[in-house]
Amino acid sequence: MINTEVKLFENGKRIDGRKPDELRKIKIEAGVLHRAEGSCYLEWGGNKVIAAVYGPREAIPRHTQNPLRAIVNARYNMAAFSVDDRKRPGPDRRSREISKVISEALENVILLERFPRASIDVNIEVLDAEAGTRCAGLTAAGVALVDAGIPMKDIPVACAAGKIEDQVVLDLGKDEDNFGNADLPIAISPRTGEVLLLQMDGHLTLAEFDQALDLAIKGCHIVSDIQKKAIMDKYQSTQGGTTQ
Amino acid sequence: MSQEKREIVIPSQLLGDIKNKKAGRGTFVENGKIYAEILGILNKNSNYINVTPLKGRYDPIEKDFVIGIVEEAMSSSWLVDINAAYPALLHVNEVPWDVDFGETERYLNYGDCIMAKVLQVDQEKKLQITLKDRNLYKIKGGQIINVEPSKVPRIIGKKGSMISLLKKYTKCRIFVGQNGRIWVDGEDDGIKKVINTINMIENEALSYGLTNKIEELLKKEAKDVH
Amino acid sequence: MTITPSIKKDYLINLAENGKRTDGRKFDEFRKISIETGVISKAEGSARVKIGNTQVISGIKMDIGEPYPDSPESGVMTTAAELIPLASPDFEAGPPRENAIELARVVDRGIRESELIEVDKLCIEPGEKVWMVFIDIHILDFDGNLFDAASLASLAALLTTNVPAERFDLGEDYPLPLKEPPISCTSVKYKDTVVMDPSLDEEEIAEARLTVATDINGHLRAMQKGLNGSFTVDEIKKVIKASIDNGRKIQEQLYKSVGK
Repeated sequence: MINTEVKLFENGKRIDGRKPDELRKIKIEAGVLHRAEGSCYLEWGGNKVIAAVYGPREAIPRHTQNPLRAIVNARYNMAAFSVDDRKRPGPDRRSREISKVISEALENVILLERFPRASIDVNIEVLDAEAGTRCAGLTAAGVALVDAGIPMKDIPVACAAGKIEDQVVLDLGKDEDNFGNADLPIAISPRTGEVLLLQMDGHLTLAEFDQALDLAIKGCHIVSDIQKKAIMDKYQSTQGGTTQ
Repeated sequence: MSQEKREIVIPSQLLGDIKNKKAGRGTFVENGKIYAEILGILNKNSNYINVTPLKGRYDPIEKDFVIGIVEEAMSSSWLVDINAAYPALLHVNEVPWDVDFGETERYLNYGDCIMAKVLQVDQEKKLQITLKDRNLYKIKGGQIINVEPSKVPRIIGKKGSMISLLKKYTKCRIFVGQNGRIWVDGEDDGIKKVINTINMIENEALSYGLTNKIEELLKKEAKDVH
Repeated sequence: MTITPSIKKDYLINLAENGKRTDGRKFDEFRKISIETGVISKAEGSARVKIGNTQVISGIKMDIGEPYPDSPESGVMTTAAELIPLASPDFEAGPPRENAIELARVVDRGIRESELIEVDKLCIEPGEKVWMVFIDIHILDFDGNLFDAASLASLAALLTTNVPAERFDLGEDYPLPLKEPPISCTSVKYKDTVVMDPSLDEEEIAEARLTVATDINGHLRAMQKGLNGSFTVDEIKKVIKASIDNGRKIQEQLYKSVGK
């Protein structure tokens, strides 16, 4: 999109006052729903997402069952009221693609062989959207999976970097996403640094890509700490062994 | 009085090295290091590093007593929900009645509750349960409470201390299934008290001196009534 | 699908015969209700309502569109509900099934028949352009009584909705023109017992369901009977009376939460 109206940089600061390598404000809460086996509510900038996990449970219909391992059904959905112009309810092609790449990222870290013929159902609802919903959704899903007691080799986390006005920045906000030059959302396994999800659109030179990837990974690690703190906060206070 | 802190660990947390310890339940090994694979409580006391899960469905172990709910009656077996990832199979050979082929519905039907025992868990996680045991039967009356399977040991207590307390002060019959289902029967007030007490235990499962605290509470409530 | 053990049904019926409910409530008593508005920044109006553990978010979006040919000077209102799989192990992904459709239509009827939204004040150009109000209900946690939670969330959202005139160059934003909100109260019947604001347990064994929407004058605006059991005329009259009483109390709470 050619930007002639919005100035994305002013005195080295972005529209919302952030530095190039600064994340938006993030708040994470684990175990927020009563029926779901695991859940998480997450706010990231103007994004509000909620994730819920059911399972492992026998996969239905039967023909979807894998005799050797569990399958992961992640479903990413945007509420009709989550965007400026009301979105018609129901999955569109974009939602289905995002659901797929998130499922694949989660399958990497979940110990699937433990549950042959089962499915682990992850539901991500975007209630309020402001650029970076798939990263917010996957990050919330990671926490919800832990909250559900699903065995995993790591807690997946996501973050995006991008390019605005020829500068590589971390965590694009709304206008930056609309008027920027590139967007690179990624998800990693923080323990090993392996990349589980990667998408890119826009225009980046190799050098810019290296910069953006590096920045996004750094961002992921910061968010990972916030995820872990949210889990400990939930379980430490009610369940933690504190001396009496 | 030992005030050893119960450490909570999360997936991917580094717990130790296989040079010094063995990897037990709830852990996985990568490059010689032992990591937690679930949210749970760390136990490093023996030669093993174990993590006891705080959440999650019931993980069936042979010989466990469980409370099941019948899902489906088939011609020579039943499918029973035991709060695990999979339903369990109950074969007509594993019940104390003489069931003719196709007559399964006359004995157990959709929604019936049973006290059963886990008979077999095979490699593919296919589960079988049995009703062939003096203590097992089809449940009549009472109410079922659901709790996190991980909280069951706390509700039973050391050598059954907690559950004995509950039975004593509420005069209810109580049966705790390892799968997180608890059956209670008695007077309305007694059942209510059991439910409330179990909710409290669930919420404070890891705090110390819980058994004493519950005993005090139950004693006080009994006094208040008189 | 979650199975309800048959002994649970017997237990609830026995309790009811002694005038009790599992959570100690009276037969016509509601669980704790909490109402929070302005929870979604992208929506023109929004609210999150909790009744017990049941949690619903309703968001209002507005747009400009064509009026219906038979009412060329009235705004348009539509209501949709999603029983998203998030909220219960028994909700499946996919297009709304009859449950979701019935829910949306019952909530819609209560709001439409009470003429809560002054649609004749939503005309921009007769026959050409009117304001459209989209009510979208998202169930987040299902623990019994979706009808009342969904209805209340939608009302709270509407009461705090601003018409986005600025975005369409039609002047300044202004509050959506509204009249008095109708309050919906739902009851279910199992065996011979009728209880209001059913918990999940009670809903699982319910044979019949009755939703009654009443207005500030204690008049009836919408009703819906659901499930395949039946009500006696006497039971219906009792439910209506209890709905009027509870409706008044809930309306007070609603007004307080939106700052009236």
